[in-house]
Amino acid sequence: MTAPAAPIPRNDLIVCPHCDAAYTLARPGHGERAVCYRCHTVLIMPRRKAGLQIIALSVAIVILITAAAIFPFLSIAVAGAHNSVSILDAALAFSDGPLVVLSLATAALIIFVPLARVLLSLYVLVPIVMDRPPAPQAAQAFRLAEALRPWSMAEIFAIGCAVALVKVSDLADVSFGPAFWMFAILVVLVVVQDNFLCRWSVWNALSKPAKS
Amino acid sequence: MERAEQTREVISARDLGVVACTRCLQVWPQGVQTCARCGHKLVQRDLKSLQRVWALWIIGFMCYIPANIYPMLRTRTLFHVQEDTIVGGAIELMHHGSIGVAAIILIASVVIPLAKFMAIAFLAISVTRPSTVSQNQRQLLYEVVEYIGRWSMIDIFVVAILSSLVQLKVLVAINPGLASLFFALSVIFTMLSAQAFDSRMIWDAQQQGKGQKQE
Repeated sequence: MTAPAAPIPRNDLIVCPHCDAAYTLARPGHGERAVCYRCHTVLIMPRRKAGLQIIALSVAIVILITAAAIFPFLSIAVAGAHNSVSILDAALAFSDGPLVVLSLATAALIIFVPLARVLLSLYVLVPIVMDRPPAPQAAQAFRLAEALRPWSMAEIFAIGCAVALVKVSDLADVSFGPAFWMFAILVVLVVVQDNFLCRWSVWNALSKPAKS
Repeated sequence: MERAEQTREVISARDLGVVACTRCLQVWPQGVQTCARCGHKLVQRDLKSLQRVWALWIIGFMCYIPANIYPMLRTRTLFHVQEDTIVGGAIELMHHGSIGVAAIILIASVVIPLAKFMAIAFLAISVTRPSTVSQNQRQLLYEVVEYIGRWSMIDIFVVAILSSLVQLKVLVAINPGLASLFFALSVIFTMLSAQAFDSRMIWDAQQQGKGQKQE
């Protein structure tokens, strides 16, 4: 940025981010993958119509997250006593004293980070797929979405539910609310959406503003 | 499956005089400071990476100690209150005969966190001196550590679910203990420590070694 003349990017090369091996760029066709020869990291994996599929999945995920957070998730009954919780209740379980911090972190990891990632990727992908110039600040948005990736823990929460159920099931009767099934579908969709997305292709599209 | 392979002899970007953005993979000539595509700072090798790894590693490890001393769960039944630490709870389960569940808890909250600390420490030490473990195995170890890191949060989620669900007024109530906070901090700092590690350094040693042999 500070240099008087803008540096010219080397678009003929691709470098593996994990082991720094450099290759001349050969774009794989749809359904093929470019893999680093040395450390076997997948570098490029374009899919036909991936953009539209990801957008469809993202819209579904937004709807499911919102619904799953509000409806009752699990309910428990022992000897007449009864309690049912939503995902938000579970996230906000750490409510006394210094544990409030943990409550906020849990709510973020389970609901808000996955939601933010999906909204950001919609913001980035919709203009690209519709062959329009990228949205303003699209690069920053995609960068943030990528940085949030390890902190999106919906699928881990789902497995946590299974463990908790095993622990409680001999203590009391547990029944699933509608949100439980929504959340189960949601987890599958989040994983699929993440695997469809070819990061290199998105960055490549973002670097060419005047496409049409 | 097509490999982006041109020559058998792998050339690193540093030897080629280019630097790659680790975030968006754009390749720039050496000396460029910031990636114009995504705004990420460009570094050939992150020399301060190991310092950050160790600093975060130490914080993570320090948080892991109180996580085992303080109680994780407070179970209040009709007549008495019971406080369980992670290991104490597992031993309790074992006495009740559910050895399987106890083993899962011990593996998930004791063995895996400790193995993660050891793996990160091993990787950080191995890039500073010659190692007998091959690059591919160390890269694999790094990827496993990065992948598994997030899954340790499962303990916290189980505590969250249990303590919000099991709230049956007088009969029984489960509340989280202070250990949950420290355990979560420990997991988060271990994740940050693994992320701070620049895995490109694993592969540098190989090339230096080769150069010395040929001379």
